[in-house]
Amino acid sequence: MTTNHILTVENLSTRFQTPDGEVEAVNNVNFHIDPGETLGVVGESGSGKTQIFLSLMGLLAKNGTSTGSVRYKDKEILNLRSRDLNKIRGVSMSMIFQDPMTSLNPFLKISRQMTEVLVEHRGMSEADALKRAVAMLDRVGISGAAQRVHMYPHEFSGGMRQRVMIAMALLCDPEVLIADEPTTALDVTVQAQILDLLRDLQKDFNTATVMITHDLGVVAGLCDRVMVMYGGRVVETGTVRDIFYDSHHPYTEGLLKSMPRIDRANEDSMFAIPGQPPNLQNLPTGCAYQERCGYVMDRCCVERPLLKDFGDGRASACFREDGQ
Amino acid sequence: MTVMTAPDKRDNAPILSVRDLKVHFPIPGKGLFAKDRPLKAVDGVNFDLFPGETLGVVGESGCGKSTLGRAILQLIAPSGGQVAWLGKNIVGIPHRDMQPLRRDFQIIFQDPLACLNPRMTIGEIIAEPLVTHKPELGKDEIKTRVKRMMARVGLLPQMINRYPHEFSGGQCQRIGIARAMILEPKLIVCDEPVSALDVSIQAQIVNLLQELQREFDLSLIFISHDLSIVRHICHRIMVLYLGNVMELADRDSIYAAPRHPYTKALISAVPIPDPEIERNKERIVLTGDLPSPLSPPSGCVFRTRCPFAQEKCATDVPKIDRVSETQEVACHFHDNI
Ligand SMILES: Nc1ncnc2c1ncn2[C@@H]1O[C@H](COP(=O)(O)OP(=O)(O)OP(=O)(O)O)[C@@H](O)[C@H]1O
Ligand SMILES: Nc1ncnc2c1ncn2[C@@H]1O[C@H](COP(=O)(O)OP(=O)(O)O)[C@@H](O)[C@H]1O
Ligand code: SF4
Ligand code: SF4
Ligand SMILES: [Mg+2]
Ligand SMILES: [Mg+2]
Repeated sequence: MTTNHILTVENLSTRFQTPDGEVEAVNNVNFHIDPGETLGVVGESGSGKTQIFLSLMGLLAKNGTSTGSVRYKDKEILNLRSRDLNKIRGVSMSMIFQDPMTSLNPFLKISRQMTEVLVEHRGMSEADALKRAVAMLDRVGISGAAQRVHMYPHEFSGGMRQRVMIAMALLCDPEVLIADEPTTALDVTVQAQILDLLRDLQKDFNTATVMITHDLGVVAGLCDRVMVMYGGRVVETGTVRDIFYDSHHPYTEGLLKSMPRIDRANEDSMFAIPGQPPNLQNLPTGCAYQERCGYVMDRCCVERPLLKDFGDGRASACFREDGQ
Repeated sequence: MTVMTAPDKRDNAPILSVRDLKVHFPIPGKGLFAKDRPLKAVDGVNFDLFPGETLGVVGESGCGKSTLGRAILQLIAPSGGQVAWLGKNIVGIPHRDMQPLRRDFQIIFQDPLACLNPRMTIGEIIAEPLVTHKPELGKDEIKTRVKRMMARVGLLPQMINRYPHEFSGGQCQRIGIARAMILEPKLIVCDEPVSALDVSIQAQIVNLLQELQREFDLSLIFISHDLSIVRHICHRIMVLYLGNVMELADRDSIYAAPRHPYTKALISAVPIPDPEIERNKERIVLTGDLPSPLSPPSGCVFRTRCPFAQEKCATDVPKIDRVSETQEVACHFHDNI
């Protein structure tokens, strides 16, 4: 089949071996992304968002294994040897992490960290690589980039470090940019700057972007399509309008209702989803959301709802309205 | 001095009056014989807090929110100004006089697990303030009260002998709240109490705090960088920038008609979970980061990022003006912007 998907993920499952048994962090996940598109991935902490993308970038922890298929264009990349993966990773596909310090080396100047990949993968000279690094820092709004490129990570503020990370991720003009909660640790003022930056970059370079976040406000402003995760599984997908104005899954509905809104005067008490997020180590039989769901039926506790496709990229995993 | 409150709370005497409160941290100067430089984390804050009222304190990271909260509770010694608790100044009073007052005010923190002693059972953690402040109570009475409080905050009383690491983030925050509430205090400083929690759990904790407030006529100081939650839970809101109050107003005024450019920028930067609204709203985008608090800008501290700054802003410090019954603003040009 020929498509113009830049990334196609099929039946991706990721398990971790732990002393207490196996944890299925990602369970049979399917999605794709096209050039110029922004996919939002939302869900509570521990729902598997990060592990999906660490799996496909070959960055899983040692006790983790993945099965399924991940294709970059037509090339299968899941479980590729590092040597082969390195031709894609950080070059055609880049990832920005929530905590910039996890991917910046505190002991190396930014200049060194940025030029390395260019020299190695693009065969640039040191001088040209430095020029490109400075241009990229400039592009992400770091003033005085020519001087600052020679600074160490700790000499930047949190917002600036996050920009440095974005600049690094963009050095090789990636076709896919994966941003894992890139603004969660930042102030709203700086978050707004970074989101503007991502929007502009996408316009300029037609990058396919994955935005992992738990902030539905960020998704509303930035994303074209949304994938909602719960307990390691995708429970709903759709366009941003589908998800916000006509959600099918009770969890999506609950998430939306429990978001406080700055543009509304307050009602008496906030809507709260009762209970706790599920423990992946012992998921209940049936639907993982059953203990917190307002619509739970007998069937939900014995049988697991499958993700049902409604066409046009719309899908939901719930017995309630899919007639399963 | 103009200090105001939400209209319905104003009849009572304030429980807390803060006047010109300052916290300056001495930072060693560079060079062997250089003098210490003051880092003005809180630089002249005024407000009153009334029984049953929630004051929100907002602003970017490093603007002095936590320092203010701690200085009010005398967990940090203020460098200047007064804090009056029920009409009596508590700044600089002897430890022996302070101790009995401590049972009236408590604090809860952002990272619930990190502030709970991992070697104590949650029963011991919740009971600790009782043991300290009410040593006359018997063991059984303490246990009864702890169990009652656990049930009240939504923890199963039979979990009394478990350890903190066995609980989720939201449950740990409930433990923190139970511990803070066990002495039935009059004031709780909540320092980012829900920031580390998942959206679905945040609402549970906010609702719990609101219920407890109604039940016990609690006053709350709610420190947060999430202006959406603040809109929900607070009666009045104080906006801080580099240790200075930019705006102090009741909730409806500040969200419907913010008067300070910084408040406007903060509010407009909060994403709204509605694609249509979020993509079409007007925004004031601030450039750059917070300046170093060691060398704050002259005149108006906000001027280096203010889209409306003029010459006067670099030379004159704006004083806080009362623009209505319920709103005070520190900006030279609040009438024109
Ligand atoms: N013990 C200290 N010594 C020196 N400086 C301090 C100390 N505690 C805080 N500061 C400084 O005081 C200022 C205010 O800090 P504070 O922790 O009150 O900020 P905050 O508004 O609570 O920020 P956040 O949102 O990140 O929690 C900051 O510049 C901080 O670096
Ligand atoms: N190395 C590991 N060993 C065992 N479990 C892990 C490991 N890494 C992640 N997990 C588990 O995988 C689940 C999904 O994690 P993650 O994808 O990071 O969640 P999030 O949705 O917050 O990004 C969590 O329950 C987490 O505890
Ligand atoms: S399958 Fe049942 S429990 Fe699960 S979300 Fe649907 S109605 Fe709720
Ligand atoms: S005083 Fe000047 S710099 Fe300060 S907020 Fe007002 S206009 Fe802006
Ligand atoms: Mg994650
Ligand atoms: Mg703080």
